[in-house]
Amino acid sequence: MTINESLVFERSMPGRQGYRLPALDVDETLLDELLPADLRRDDDLEGMPELSEPDVVRHFTRISTWNYNIDLGMYPLGSCTMKYNSRLNERVARIGGFGNLHPLASDEDAQGALQVIYELQHHLSEITGLPGISLQPAAGAHGEMTGVMLIRAFLDARDGVGEGDAPRRHLMLIPDSAHGTNPASAHLSGFTVKTIRSTPEGQTDLEHLREICATGDVAGLMLTNPNTVGLFERDIREICRIVHEAGGLVYMDGANMNALVGVARPGDMGVDVIHLNLHKTFSTPHGGGGPGSGPCCCTTELEPFLPVPRVVRDGEGFKFDFNFPRSIGRVKAFYGNFGMFTRALSYILTHGPDGLREATEAAVLNARYIAHALTSDYDKPFDAPPMHEVVFTDKRQSRKGVHTLDIAKRLIDYGFHPMTIYFPLIVQGAMLIEPTESVGRQEIQQFIDAMRAIAREAQDTPDLVINAPHTTRIGRLDEAAAARKPVLRWKPEEKATAA
Amino acid sequence: MRYIPNSPDERAEMLRTVGLNAPEELFSSIPADIILKRQLDLPAALSEMELLARFEAIAAHNTAARRPNFLGAGAYSHYSPTIIDSLIQRSEFFTAYTPYQPEVSQGTLQVIFEFQTMVCQLTGMEVANASMYDGSTSVAEAVLMAERVTRRRKVIVSPALHPEYLQVAQTYVSHAGIELAQTGFDEQAGRTTLDDATIDEQTAAVVVQSPNFYGCVEDLESLAERTHAAGALLIVAVTECASLGLLRSPGACGADIVVAEGQSLGVPLGYGGPYLGLFATREKFARQMPGRLVGVAADKEGRRGFVLTLATREQHIRREKATSNICTNEGLIALIATIYMTTMGRRGLQEVAMQCAQKAAYAARRIAELPGFSLPYAQTPRFNEFTVRAPVDAAELLRRLAREHNITGGLALSRYDPTRANDFLACVTETNPRAEIDALVAGLKALTA
Repeated sequence: MTINESLVFERSMPGRQGYRLPALDVDETLLDELLPADLRRDDDLEGMPELSEPDVVRHFTRISTWNYNIDLGMYPLGSCTMKYNSRLNERVARIGGFGNLHPLASDEDAQGALQVIYELQHHLSEITGLPGISLQPAAGAHGEMTGVMLIRAFLDARDGVGEGDAPRRHLMLIPDSAHGTNPASAHLSGFTVKTIRSTPEGQTDLEHLREICATGDVAGLMLTNPNTVGLFERDIREICRIVHEAGGLVYMDGANMNALVGVARPGDMGVDVIHLNLHKTFSTPHGGGGPGSGPCCCTTELEPFLPVPRVVRDGEGFKFDFNFPRSIGRVKAFYGNFGMFTRALSYILTHGPDGLREATEAAVLNARYIAHALTSDYDKPFDAPPMHEVVFTDKRQSRKGVHTLDIAKRLIDYGFHPMTIYFPLIVQGAMLIEPTESVGRQEIQQFIDAMRAIAREAQDTPDLVINAPHTTRIGRLDEAAAARKPVLRWKPEEKATAA
Repeated sequence: MRYIPNSPDERAEMLRTVGLNAPEELFSSIPADIILKRQLDLPAALSEMELLARFEAIAAHNTAARRPNFLGAGAYSHYSPTIIDSLIQRSEFFTAYTPYQPEVSQGTLQVIFEFQTMVCQLTGMEVANASMYDGSTSVAEAVLMAERVTRRRKVIVSPALHPEYLQVAQTYVSHAGIELAQTGFDEQAGRTTLDDATIDEQTAAVVVQSPNFYGCVEDLESLAERTHAAGALLIVAVTECASLGLLRSPGACGADIVVAEGQSLGVPLGYGGPYLGLFATREKFARQMPGRLVGVAADKEGRRGFVLTLATREQHIRREKATSNICTNEGLIALIATIYMTTMGRRGLQEVAMQCAQKAAYAARRIAELPGFSLPYAQTPRFNEFTVRAPVDAAELLRRLAREHNITGGLALSRYDPTRANDFLACVTETNPRAEIDALVAGLKALTA
């Protein structure tokens, strides 16, 4: 779509109006009595747009056409789980009794909402095999932070606290393949991050783990499973045992739960605490970068430390319970991203236990199929069969000067969103592909054909790939220049100089 | 399952292609002893009709959702123009991912750039990020940022900050080596006070909410002056963004960081979320900000576009040294706010604010006239929320008002402060017609006669 559309501020014309309120129906108070002049704005909100309703609709509709989206086609971002976002879930979330409910309504007047929270908690506990749960965290990283804080609180209660609030055990172990949010979240709890190596086979290096655990300083391990190269950590039981014997706890990043739902449960693997991403595994829409929801599930040992308030049974109904004196406290005002709870519950109830298992199988099969088909054209750094996502590299193509970024951009010309690129960091030139269960065989075949065509182009006409994309409204943007002299907002003066 | 395109036969064929015989073999890399050997214990799948009926039945138990409402305290009933929900349901917006690939994400990126600009204009600040989770976590992140900027470790918080915001900040800083202290509070005026005993050269920041939790507009300019004299930053929190259509912006009053709950900008009450954290600051602090930022960029032909920028602050690059662990934020909710601010526009934002203030003034006047009722902070300027002192226990009064008069009359302050048994917080917006306000007043009168 090559239509151009200026910024909303550039479209604005003084005097245009896109709203109408009912006339004020109370006796007016003099403005100065209402609020003294020195507390009132004196800029007349200059710069805020003035547009009619059709202007607004056209503006946002036009710019929307510059976005790729799931409904348009396969969105194979690894570790992001871009699955179908059902319209039914959207409808459920918009039922008036949910949408119009004030968060400070009394428990008595909000029984339906409490029931949604309670039921979702119950189902997520069953899915993870971990009985303690809080839905309060607003996103994956927020759930991680909460999970690590639970570990910290548990260890402080068990071991005591060192001088100046130092944790008795200060090391949080994180594999070199982890998401960047893991170390950032660990840091917030006062832990020192220690990196654990991966083996050439793409598994956690047990020897390295044992070595560090022997120091006695280990508070815990943050592990993604399946890990970020798409492999199940075969030794997960042993990994948990080593960390537990060293006195630490195991946190699992649940970003890749789409490979496991209905097949295996983190609680059965020995994991102590996990966060889930409702916006990945449970299909709540990504919305161009949120909202997410990052429930935190844990063992009974960690449960007393969960954020407050928690929803509990109250006779026939439900209520908030604030009385957990060992809780880490609140991580968010109110109760979490409730709108995502209704959608996720709707997803679970639409699938049922067999449907959830079927989705997992279909997701893993799709990834396996792609892995199988592309091995002839792209370097696949790990031999083991992948779970729900597979990693390739640009090793073969880079000999011709074609790199992962180029392949990703060229994929756009073939009608696909690029895969996750240059992640995980341990794989040079990584291309991480996650098809999810939401794509059919024909579309997967089109994707495979596109990737093969690009591999041929990299051989025969490398410039075609290097200069991609060729079909978008704009070409590659100079990100380095943008960061050197950041322009982070529109300003009225710029309009004047442009005119 | 109807969301899975491949039929069982197609899947069987794909399995054969990859050299497997049964779906169980897909999971052969998982040790047998941790494979779940039973079906998950979950309810059987529902059809669309059954599911809707079930959720409608559950939602019907949310009786508060159908009543005239005077509850505020961090979440506000405002009118949201119809086009907002229609536009955000475009697939291009709600089923897109974070705009990491700018060539196919210009729609989202331009929206964020417009959002950042409007947040700056509304708050009177120079730079704003792409959003945070909500107002409460934004306060916590602002506190952490103030420590990074000043390298000082004490933060003084107004007791008139939303109590849940304070609790969230306490959790966030519990292991950050930051000490949270309290400012003073003038119980007569309902306003924050700062004395030399509390603010000192160790102070990184002062956190104040305006209008504050009790509805009073703070004297931000003099608080800014005192804060800056000690070399500290003033963090201003706004829970009711509609107020910014009328009140002098925090930026104009001297704030260094402005954080806000953006729910008032067209976002449904939705039982507390998803909401929207606004985060704005001075340009010189941009590199210390948490969260994503969108900036202008150009392609080789010189065409204007937008990209995520200054990413070296963020967790995927800087890992444990990042300015925050935040990744997913509230993109779609920022879109709601952007469409809201565009549709209401310069005039509408002012008119909403004026109607809120006028209607609240009317309601406050009428309630204050009731026998036994008073407004403890009557002399202090307010916006659309005010504290009422009832002649009886407020929680019980509001409960009866709901039962006998079908009105949610406000928030009993005993929820957060047991010493305030008779006080409640009432909030009036443009969505409350005069008839509702009159019914509230009549109900309060009848129940205390």
